Amino acid sequence: MDGGMPPGRVFRFDPAAADVLMPMHLGLQPDGRIVSAGPTLRRLFAGLPLLGHCFHSLFHIRRPSGLEDMGRLIAAAGQRLYLSSRDGRLAHLRGVATPLIPSAEDGGGLVINLSFGAGILDAVRDHGLTDADFAPTELAMELLYVVEAKTAVMEELRALNLRLHGAKTEAEERALTDTLTGLRNRRGLDQALVRLPRRGGPFGLMHIDLDFFKQVNDTLGHAAGDHVLREVARILCDEVRSGDTVARVGGDEFVVVLPRMGDAARLQQIASRIIRHLNAPILFEGQVCRVSASIGMTLSSFYPRPDPQRMIEDADAALYASKRAGRGQAVMHIPPADPSDLQAG
Amino acid sequence: MNGLINRSIQCFLTDTHGAGLWSRVAVAAGLDFENFEPMLDYDPVLTDRVITAAARLLDRPRETVLEDLGTFLVSHPHLGALRRLLRFGGASFVDFLHSLEELPGRGRLALPDLDLPQMLLLDHSPQDYTLTCRAPLAGAGHVLLGLLRAMADDYGALVWLEHQGAGLDGEVIAIRLLDDSFAAARPFALVQEAG
Repeated sequence: MDGGMPPGRVFRFDPAAADVLMPMHLGLQPDGRIVSAGPTLRRLFAGLPLLGHCFHSLFHIRRPSGLEDMGRLIAAAGQRLYLSSRDGRLAHLRGVATPLIPSAEDGGGLVINLSFGAGILDAVRDHGLTDADFAPTELAMELLYVVEAKTAVMEELRALNLRLHGAKTEAEERALTDTLTGLRNRRGLDQALVRLPRRGGPFGLMHIDLDFFKQVNDTLGHAAGDHVLREVARILCDEVRSGDTVARVGGDEFVVVLPRMGDAARLQQIASRIIRHLNAPILFEGQVCRVSASIGMTLSSFYPRPDPQRMIEDADAALYASKRAGRGQAVMHIPPADPSDLQAG
Repeated sequence: MNGLINRSIQCFLTDTHGAGLWSRVAVAAGLDFENFEPMLDYDPVLTDRVITAAARLLDRPRETVLEDLGTFLVSHPHLGALRRLLRFGGASFVDFLHSLEELPGRGRLALPDLDLPQMLLLDHSPQDYTLTCRAPLAGAGHVLLGLLRAMADDYGALVWLEHQGAGLDGEVIAIRLLDDSFAAARPFALVQEAG
């Protein structure tokens, strides 16, 4: 308004006001010597007086390249500058230069305002900067706040992930299913056996071991082996009655629990049918896989007080008898003739 | 994103009154789970039910439980992150007061669906302020009161605080700054050391 100046076009303020608005500014004379430096920059360069030094001797403008003298720097006014201090303490500064209007006392020169860019976290940590080191209008505090909050949130998410991972592991341990075949696993078998006495009535057990499975795995690979196991599972499920439980209890071992089964001939019949179907070749990617099965069996009606664990052991013994007898057979456990032996066992 | 708030309440009750009390609160509030997950959303009525159940089981006024919660949130070492985030409000307790209006906005910078109480600060003089707080939880002003008390300690400021009840715009807290450097402030660095 005064002196006929168009309003709002000319700013003249003393360096103290520049310190408030731009705590990281440098004022340069036309010859490139530093004549003023904002308080934060002075703090960052503690022990190294900036004033009087040539700007280009202390700072390297990396991009745009070639701004090695004042003339070129003035020509780049208004552009974003990427620069670092030559002593390495501030590696990733950003800046912008703007020329000063020459006055009666001096010939103009430049103001360069700097900021930390993405290096702000390191700068704040390394130099112990505080709120007061940033201009009141700067968003640096918001940025630091977000970093802090993000770290806290990530920590919570990490804890949540750990809890979920723990829950998943626990669920897997509690799972009753064999993931490869969809049959029950050993835990699932144990649960079925625990429930057996509650149902009452006679029941049968079958322990099945595949013959020649190892050869399939060794010659055709694990994928073929897995395919065979899935096919065996399908055949077992087809051949047993609904209500029977089929479990995979080892690599190529299976146990079938047959509730309401008291007839040795009927059990033998089911076992023979299983062996007959398992003897049929299984195709995997054009290759023929041949396995067979040995089966040991027992019935609860052989025991005065049937104990599923004891019966599993007896079925297991019968299974090895069938293996010894030449594989591909089903052998029934033979109960001791004298009932007093049973009492003792 | 009220899981964070609910989880803080759970932490407060567990740390100050024991896991046994928390289990009884969870049952009394009708929760069908044992723990709040900080990163999940819950029905807003659960927060109120938990506070009501805790006040009943502890046989203490709801206001007292809420105020203790506010103090706990800032002063408990387990929850250092919140104290640090609040200290970003400024270099002095007065700066911090002025930053409270921005708190919901800052919260949303980190978690877009975080719903913090809306606050309005009036400065009657450099020493006298009223803070109006509007939140879904009835009595949230008492949490704020406890939190302000603990933050004043953190900044080393001596303040007088009073909950003046609820008006049309929310709960009103009167704040008088008696001495802004009564004691040494707890140390605070903008960036934490790694690790």
